[in-house]
Amino acid sequence: MDIYLPIAEMSVNAAVIILLGGVVGFLSGMFGVGGGFLTTPLLIFYGIPPVIAVASSASQITGASVSGALAYWRRGQVDLKMGGVLVVGGVAGAGIGQIIFRALQKLGQIDVAINIIYVVFLGVVGALMLREALAERRTARQVAAGAAKPARLRRHVPLIAGLPGRTRFYKSGLYISPLGPLLLGALVGMFTAIMGIGGGFIMVPAMIYLLGMSASAVVGTSLFQIIFVTAATTLLHATSSKSVDIVLALLLLAGGVAGAQFGVRAAQRMQAERLRLALALLVLAVAAGLLFGLTVRPQSLFTLYTP
Amino acid sequence: MRLLLLPLLWGLLTAVAPTVLITDLSQGRIDINTRFKGADLLVFGAIQYPAGAVPDTPADIAIVVRGPVAPITVREKQRVAGIWINTDSVRFESVPGFYAVATTRPIEELADDRTTAIYEIGVRNLQLSPVSTAPAAEIGRFEAGLIKVKREAGLFAEAPGAVVVTRNVLYRARIVIPAAVPVGDYAAEIHLIRKGRVIASSTTPIVIGKSGFERWIYVMAQEQSLVYGIAAVVAALAAGGIASAVTRRQ
Repeated sequence: MDIYLPIAEMSVNAAVIILLGGVVGFLSGMFGVGGGFLTTPLLIFYGIPPVIAVASSASQITGASVSGALAYWRRGQVDLKMGGVLVVGGVAGAGIGQIIFRALQKLGQIDVAINIIYVVFLGVVGALMLREALAERRTARQVAAGAAKPARLRRHVPLIAGLPGRTRFYKSGLYISPLGPLLLGALVGMFTAIMGIGGGFIMVPAMIYLLGMSASAVVGTSLFQIIFVTAATTLLHATSSKSVDIVLALLLLAGGVAGAQFGVRAAQRMQAERLRLALALLVLAVAAGLLFGLTVRPQSLFTLYTP
Repeated sequence: MRLLLLPLLWGLLTAVAPTVLITDLSQGRIDINTRFKGADLLVFGAIQYPAGAVPDTPADIAIVVRGPVAPITVREKQRVAGIWINTDSVRFESVPGFYAVATTRPIEELADDRTTAIYEIGVRNLQLSPVSTAPAAEIGRFEAGLIKVKREAGLFAEAPGAVVVTRNVLYRARIVIPAAVPVGDYAAEIHLIRKGRVIASSTTPIVIGKSGFERWIYVMAQEQSLVYGIAAVVAALAAGGIASAVTRRQ
């Protein structure tokens, strides 16, 4: 069934878009990540202009994060104070990201820039995840072989925690400076605006390893932050680049919600460490795919831009 | 004296009364709605000869459908450090968003280059007004690139032999409008060509616009962008909330 996207100004196959949303939803349900880092490149592969893919993906993530955030909220696993600090940082970061986005758009380099940022970013994150997952596997084998479980070295990075103005975050179990989370939020917010990702897969490890948050509040607070920052990003894109296609976002959501259910069920039958390894490999595969796309001679060397 | 002149003038006028083209379209307005997959525009009409004297030799017809003109920047990708990135660019000030020409015969056979250039018959004859200090060959390369991209998108098209002329009087052609067509005011220009000269022309306006839901969304996004943004967020939240409620019940 073909459907005309009013903002992208093109006709797409609705079934393909819903399926795409479903596949991303399946993976996000399985791995517990938002999946924005998959949605944007897949939409670009399909032929949606990168600018529209980024903006619409951001608003799709808003919707996709609601059910998760509500579930954690009911269980009291959202640290509102920490979330608030992250949101303030995130919205500021999204604003900066939006300015960079517009500047690149004016230079005519936004398409290539989005691709390069994706390759670098996914490459680094994927490599770190892979190293982590492999180390975990090794430790698990050693523990199984009778070795003592290694103690965690430190709970948080003293340099970040010791910034001025320390305050208490009860649910996170922290007494740290809000500047750390503020900067973290800003960094992730910037990526949200430029890449159309929620950033959960950077936020969650950063919260655990850099801030030292207690594990129970991490995912809920991350989702809470994602809702607000992606909503702000949607508003920024809607008002400045006018590239939010709500029809596209809702189609992706429809597929994503259904896919996530199957993903969660599939994940329950898999071991956690294998899941992490698989996620790392998936992230690296997407990065490799995009890198390959950049090095292959494009079908047409000329591209048209309407100023 | 004047009384003498008048009948003379009248006589002259009727003798050289121009050939007139009468044109109609299958639709004067093309609506882009949710199910829009492109459209077929039927351009048809009749040639009205002075005093109804239909000549024996067949005439040629060129039907041009063109969309709103806008500036476009063409960027060329080059390999830099192993990856393909945009480097040089040329700006063209007047590029029609859509241009399709259907003719009775290949364009080169219709008339000389000067005539086809004046009437902008044929994609190569479009006056795209490049703005650049680059040498002509360089601009020509960008122009060829622009035309190639537009052709592949179906937004520039040439269809020699697509105009059917019946009994030297009736003519018709089908113009394919692709789904990616820009909105705006279009025109169907019909030229009657005989012995390499354009002897009659007619212009009929067409409007291509979004309608209903699509139009509403587009207008909101452009003119009330903040409201649209808020609506998009609310819609996404609502969709997520409903999905959450549905899956919880299961």
